[in-house]
Amino acid sequence: MSKADSSVQRDAAHPAAVGEPGGGLAVAVWATLKRDLTLMLRRRGEVLNPLVFFALVITLFPIGISPDPELLATIAPGLLWVAALLAALLSLDSLFRGDYDDGSLEQLLLAPQPLAMLGLAKVAVHWLLTGLPLALMAPVLGIMLALPAGSYLILAISLALGSASLSLIGAIGAALTVGLSRGGVLLSLLVLPLYIPVLIFGAGAVQAAILGDGAAAHLAILGALLALALMLAPWAIAASLRISING
Amino acid sequence: MWAFINKLRSPKWFYAISERLLPWFWVAAAALILVGSVWGLAFAPADYQQGNSFRIIYVHVPAAFLAQSIFVSMAVCGLVYMVWKIKVADMVAAMVAPLGAAMTFISLFSGAVWGVPTWGTWWMWDARLTSMLILFFLYLGVIALRGAFASRDSASRAASVLAMVGVINIPIIKYSVDWWYTLHQPATFTVTGRVGMPMEMWAPLLIMVLGFYSFFIAVTLMRTRSEILRRESNKRWVRELAGERH
Repeated sequence: MSKADSSVQRDAAHPAAVGEPGGGLAVAVWATLKRDLTLMLRRRGEVLNPLVFFALVITLFPIGISPDPELLATIAPGLLWVAALLAALLSLDSLFRGDYDDGSLEQLLLAPQPLAMLGLAKVAVHWLLTGLPLALMAPVLGIMLALPAGSYLILAISLALGSASLSLIGAIGAALTVGLSRGGVLLSLLVLPLYIPVLIFGAGAVQAAILGDGAAAHLAILGALLALALMLAPWAIAASLRISING
Repeated sequence: MWAFINKLRSPKWFYAISERLLPWFWVAAAALILVGSVWGLAFAPADYQQGNSFRIIYVHVPAAFLAQSIFVSMAVCGLVYMVWKIKVADMVAAMVAPLGAAMTFISLFSGAVWGVPTWGTWWMWDARLTSMLILFFLYLGVIALRGAFASRDSASRAASVLAMVGVINIPIIKYSVDWWYTLHQPATFTVTGRVGMPMEMWAPLLIMVLGFYSFFIAVTLMRTRSEILRRESNKRWVRELAGERH
């Protein structure tokens, strides 16, 4: 499988790389996107696991705390957000792991296109197959937690926006720990403190929608965090990948 | 300027210059902390609301100052190491990380001790306590990441990147925690009941802050010197140094 993986990438990226070194950025980014999507969709289990984990964790809370709908409704925004965040975190370790193991990460490093952009393409795929499904699934779990009406759309939007930042920030941690054989727990230790602002404004948006305060301000700040992460994280990811490969 | 930077590159030069600076910082730290604590603990007037328990401020505030500035200095060292490949900068970054974590712990612990007479509880999810706790976790992350790599060069560069990422996030975390706190908690407790501090309380605090900083610099220089000897132990000048001291 790994041999086929790298050849998919090489076939797609090579013509552009040979033809015009430094150019063909769009081709390379598109090829990386397509390759990662293909690979992930071939391993459906890996895509589904975070979603199952999300549902499972949400099931634990009523059992552990209380099945009382009123109590659940007050803590539902935070529970949903924390559980989604943990589910996204769980899938991070495999973000660069496969590519690191079969050597295609080194091919990305050698490509004439900037590594930051190629890394961004990989993060985009991670968000598409983890963050976005989690956001779409959250309203269903919201019903189970008796989340008050009127906040479902905001819940999905805040998770979709917020999980993009989570993927970007988390990818820095994943890139830093990909070279370590047991980087999983360390990864959560590095990344979780950095997730806190996103959690505050994400859960805050849902809370505000329930209270009728208008969640626009929270969503705007989530968007601002995403813009900042989009601007800075790719460079940190690229630098971290270089460290992990050379070390 | 470039000559200076080139000098900084050399651990040997740093070792020599720090040997001359070190006693001064030790003397300054000892004198300032002694004066500040005697003045603050014995002579400064008691607070009209909090009584004598406010005196923990003379440990709590300097520790909190240091906790934050050590993280920034660690990130600056990381940047210097990544850009100019100055090894001493990385040694300093490695040496200050546990100090910063210790200072964060001291400020958290003294805050908890202070909380008992003031709030009636050891822990409150107060905005400042919360962001300090997160800062503590950030320190632990940097230390753990540095320890996880087998190769020292990778460890140094990874820790540098993480410190820089962390330092960008610290203000974001601080402001979002402030926001969170004002949204969720009624502001019934104000940490500082006083608007302005009288001079007699404020002056020893300033002296203590300066004393803590001198102590930090002295400890950092000392630890960096031993780290230089450890990392450069196969260099000739270190061998000669060891030989002549035998």
